[in-house]
Amino acid sequence: MRGAVALLDVLAAYFRLVRAGFDRHASYRLASLAGLFTNTVFGLLRVAVLLAVLGPTGTMAGYDAAATATYVWLGQGLLAVVLLWDDGELAQRVRTGDIALDLARPWDLQAALLATDLGRAGHAVLVRLIPPVLFGALLFPFRWPHAPATWLAFTGSLLLAVVLCGQIRFLLGLTAFWLLDNRGVRSLWASTSGVLCGLVVPLGYFPDWARATLGVLPFPGIMQTPIDVFSERGDLAALLAHQLIWVLVLLLAGRLVLSRATHRLVVQGG
Amino acid sequence: MIVHAEGLRREFVLGRRRMLRRTPPGGRRRVAAVDGIDLRIDAGEAVGFLGPNGAGKSTTIKMLTGILVPTAGQLRVCGLDPVTQRRELARRIGVVFGQRSGLWWDLPLADSFALVRAIHRVPEAAYRARLDRCVDVLGLSEFLATPVRQLSLGQRMRGEITAALLHAPPLLVLDEPTVGLDLVSKERLRAFLREVNAQDGVTVLLTTHDLPDVERLCRRVVVIDRGRVVADSDLDALRTRFAGPRELVVDLVTPAPELDGLDGLPGVTGTAAEAGGLRRRFAFGPETSAASLVAEVARRAEIRDITVLEPSIEDVVRTFYGAPRPAG
Amino acid sequence: MYRPLLASRVRGQLAYPLSFGLDVLAQGIGQAIELVVILVLFGRVTSLGGFSADEVLLIYALAGISFGLADLVVGQLDELPRWIRTGELDVLMVRPLPVLAQLVTADLQLRRLGRVLVGVAVLAVVLTRAPIAWSPLTVVLLVVTPLVGAVIIGAIWVATCAVSFWVIEGRELANAFTYGSSLSTAYPLTVFAPWLRRLLTFVVPAAFVAYYPVLAILGRPDPLGLPAGVRYAAPLVAVAAVAVAALIWRAAVRHYQGAGS
Repeated sequence: MRGAVALLDVLAAYFRLVRAGFDRHASYRLASLAGLFTNTVFGLLRVAVLLAVLGPTGTMAGYDAAATATYVWLGQGLLAVVLLWDDGELAQRVRTGDIALDLARPWDLQAALLATDLGRAGHAVLVRLIPPVLFGALLFPFRWPHAPATWLAFTGSLLLAVVLCGQIRFLLGLTAFWLLDNRGVRSLWASTSGVLCGLVVPLGYFPDWARATLGVLPFPGIMQTPIDVFSERGDLAALLAHQLIWVLVLLLAGRLVLSRATHRLVVQGG
Repeated sequence: MIVHAEGLRREFVLGRRRMLRRTPPGGRRRVAAVDGIDLRIDAGEAVGFLGPNGAGKSTTIKMLTGILVPTAGQLRVCGLDPVTQRRELARRIGVVFGQRSGLWWDLPLADSFALVRAIHRVPEAAYRARLDRCVDVLGLSEFLATPVRQLSLGQRMRGEITAALLHAPPLLVLDEPTVGLDLVSKERLRAFLREVNAQDGVTVLLTTHDLPDVERLCRRVVVIDRGRVVADSDLDALRTRFAGPRELVVDLVTPAPELDGLDGLPGVTGTAAEAGGLRRRFAFGPETSAASLVAEVARRAEIRDITVLEPSIEDVVRTFYGAPRPAG
Repeated sequence: MYRPLLASRVRGQLAYPLSFGLDVLAQGIGQAIELVVILVLFGRVTSLGGFSADEVLLIYALAGISFGLADLVVGQLDELPRWIRTGELDVLMVRPLPVLAQLVTADLQLRRLGRVLVGVAVLAVVLTRAPIAWSPLTVVLLVVTPLVGAVIIGAIWVATCAVSFWVIEGRELANAFTYGSSLSTAYPLTVFAPWLRRLLTFVVPAAFVAYYPVLAILGRPDPLGLPAGVRYAAPLVAVAAVAVAALIWRAAVRHYQGAGS
């Protein structure tokens, strides 16, 4: 009985973190607007390039105009939800030593960051996902899901994508324990992530060997997979399984790396 | 007149940043940070700008140096309009910001000086002479090669003042230069500024809320509160005109209850006893001399020791802060 | 005057050659991403907006060099919000130098040359394959275009960063224009919808960075039907862009002095 109560307390604490994540980003209204503006500009440019490739048959690699527009606008909307590029706060805290405070708290750092990130993502769905999608749907040919169950599947896929991307960012931040200045790693991620996740060009356009390689890696699970689920493209079970497997693997990896990092901190004194 | 300001006024609109946060209660308001300041400073003066936080000191300085444009009023510094002739004015003034650095953060101090010299196109000989003098008086030689970001605050401030004087400006403006410094550093800075003012005739304008800065350095004090000048005169005059009573503290051999009554003690406005009557305090006005009062007390009781306390400039100035705004 | 400062910054960067090399590589990779996109697309089609792979790569290369050079020179303006927020801008204003010049010369990040290197490499390859109408004029154009393009992008950069004086989040807005320019200049203008083409020609003159000059280099008439002279108009556009940017910047600094902090 006591155990159940304690568990509820812990869950309540984490839920509060989710809400805090939500509230914190709710106050930066102007920043969100500016971000939306950028999304719109890039969406317009990208969709133009991809539509120009469709050519006379009107399709390319299984994408027609509606599928292309959906891909681009949904991608722009998802950018801020999964938060492909973060501000390096974790790495910063490691560099300054503030991370010791975080680790001393009676919580699990990985779970706490995850909870906060979920809150942030929740807010981003309202403010950063819906506007670009509506914009795209109103001005371009757009393909909404045909089956009602797809919406449920999409929500699940989105949730997995958020966690997946969050864990990658977490691991990137943890590299700061070993490379005090991990700017290089983070900028490498910043430049290549777009292509690897299928944000810039649908992975379906890539040559077969590239597609096969990337398909095994976790990155498509961040962008391409949720978009594919929404567009009802591909085998739903396989897509979700791919995300789920990588989420579990990265969660575990995150735990291991964190414990090694903590150990290193304790042994070396920061 | 090196600084001539009349009716200087600067308004801010609060709640401008409402897009970042929710609109503050009451909506947008216009607030006058500086509300009609007249200021006339002649060349060679050393003026202290005193006031509590938020009084408008920094805003006035920003207007004097061309960073902010006044909402109303006339302003001429070194004969120039600070906003439209900003760069020309920059050649004739030296500015030291207490909270921000005018030096280059990751370069050695000496490199910062060289850059200042290049920017102001100071001739080699003059530059050497001024730099050597500052290095000598302020003791900079031990950290000339250290990057500025590794300097202590005291060392950095010495560097900042040097950098501000390298182009021999006729006017030196300092915005809270002694904040955070230890006593020794403060005194060193003040002594240097005094010397610069006395020997080189550099006009010094200093904002501070640290009263000893003013006492040690300035002959003239301008007290600002809530955007207005509430006092502008030299230190001694301030003290005399607005002074509270002086205080005579007498340590007695044995308590003397006869001193409870103040008869026979002319000019004494109040008395208090401490330590079971062994120590007595007498407040007395300017008409009475301390000597005569001591003689009177000695006639009534056996004195072991005496101290005469002057009203501090702090007490004087504090009477201005929070005083109700004069009508009109 | 600016030389000793820049010299010491450069020395600082080159002091750690490995780290510097990696930084350059990272910048190069950033630029090469769009190259990957173009190559992937041309793995599927033979023409994009009416232009062949080599022609598009020519546009991409020249645009990339322009952007890299502009980033090198005025990229420091991205720091402007920080200067404003910390009040360090005031320090710049009490110096007898233009504020913009001081901001821009505060640092010189040589790693940004990584973008230029990628552009030059692609250009070298493309020059041997693209159907260029070689002539002395073409050679002049090839040399001048990246420089003039850099000026245009630089002007866009200054004008949009100036927004930071009005709006603290101006950095994000400016990014949309600067990196948006980087993206839009890499492709032929024909790819974009008519309204967007007009925007990129007459409002934010990205089309003059690479597209129109490349038409001249290839000896092709404008598929969109504008007069032939337009293809050589880039230098004039650059002058106009600089004038507009200067006006906007001045207004921005005036606003800072008027509104204060």
